[in-house]
Amino acid sequence: MAEGKFTNQTVEMTDKQKKAQRARNIAIALALGAVVVLLYFVTWSKLGANILQRPL
Amino acid sequence: MSVESVPSSESEALISSAEPRDYFQLMKPRVMYLVIFTAIVGMLVAPGGINPLIGFIAILCISIGAGASGALNMWYDADIDAIMARTTKRPIPDGRITPSEAFVFGLVLSILSVMMLGVLVNWLSAFLLAFTIFFYIVIYTMWLKRSTPQNIVIGGAAGAFPPVIGWAAVTGNISIEPIVLFAIIFLWTPPHFWALALFRQQDYENASIPMMPNVVGSKSTRLQTLIYSIVLAISGVLPTILGFASLVYGVFALAMGARFCMLAYKVWRSGSVDNEHAHEKKLFGFSIIYLFALFAALGVDAIGMKVIG
Repeated sequence: MAEGKFTNQTVEMTDKQKKAQRARNIAIALALGAVVVLLYFVTWSKLGANILQRPL
Repeated sequence: MSVESVPSSESEALISSAEPRDYFQLMKPRVMYLVIFTAIVGMLVAPGGINPLIGFIAILCISIGAGASGALNMWYDADIDAIMARTTKRPIPDGRITPSEAFVFGLVLSILSVMMLGVLVNWLSAFLLAFTIFFYIVIYTMWLKRSTPQNIVIGGAAGAFPPVIGWAAVTGNISIEPIVLFAIIFLWTPPHFWALALFRQQDYENASIPMMPNVVGSKSTRLQTLIYSIVLAISGVLPTILGFASLVYGVFALAMGARFCMLAYKVWRSGSVDNEHAHEKKLFGFSIIYLFALFAALGVDAIGMKVIG
C-alpha cells in the first residue's frame, strides 16, 4: 500500500501517497463546504419569515 | 539530517494511499442507489408534502447512513471478503484501505447522518435510521450472517427500512402503508439472495457462511424460494387492495409477480440437474428488475394520484 520512508523526524511520502492525500483533502474540503451551504439554506428554509418576528 | 531506517510495515500504518473513490466504494454504491430509490418512493407515497430542501436532506442522510452501514459491514467482513471471489476486490481485502480507516469512516458517517436527520428533518426518521444501521451491523453482520441459514431472511429487514424512513420523514409517523412497502422488500430478499446462493454455493462454502443451500441443501432452498416468491407476489398487489395505489399498478404488480413465480417455479423444477444454473441466474436477474419496476410503478402512481387529486 505505502512505501514512505522516515527521515529523522518526518516521513517522506511517495508521489502516490502525496497524490492520494491531496485528493482526500480536496474531497473533505468539498464535503465540508457543501454542508456549510446546506445548513445556511436549511436555516433560511426553517426560519422563513419568522426571522423578522422577534422581540426587539 | 540523519536517516533512520524504519520497518516498512510501520510507515504503511502511518501513511494512507487511499483515494476518495476507494472510500466511495466502501459505501457499497449499488446498495446505496437502491436505498435512495426506495426511500424516495416511500416519500412519494406518503400523504401531504415536504419542503423540497428538507426532502433532499432526508434522502441525503438516508443514503449517507446506508453508505456508513456498508463501510462498517466491509470492516467487519474483511476476513471473509478476502476469501470469496465476488468480494476480493473490495477496498479492504485489496489493501487500499485499512480496517481501522473503514471503521472510523463508517462510525463517523453513521453518527453524522442520524444527527443531521434528527435535527433537520424529524427524530422518528432519525431513530429509524439509527435502528437500521444497528440492525444491519450488529444483528445481521456480526450475529446472524455467520450463525444461521435464516441470516438473510431476518437481515432483510435492514434493507426494507428505507421506504419506512422516507415515509416517516414526510409524515412524522408510521401507518399500514409503509409497513406494506417494508413487507415487499422483506419478502423479496430471500428469493433474491437464495437464487444467488444457489449458483455461488461453493463461494459461501469456502467462506463458511451458512447460506440456506449450504445448510439444508439445494432441494429445500428451491422449495422455500418458490414459497417466498408466491407470498411476495401477493404482497406486491397489497397497495392496490389497501387503496393507496391504483388499479393500473395492481395489474402491473400482478403480472410482474406472476413472472417472478414462474421463474421461481422453474428453479424449483430444475433441481440440481442444470449445472449451468441458468434458471437461478435468470431469477436473480429478474428479482432486481422486479423490485425496481414495482417501486418505480408505485412512485409514478403516487405522483399521478397526487396530480389528479
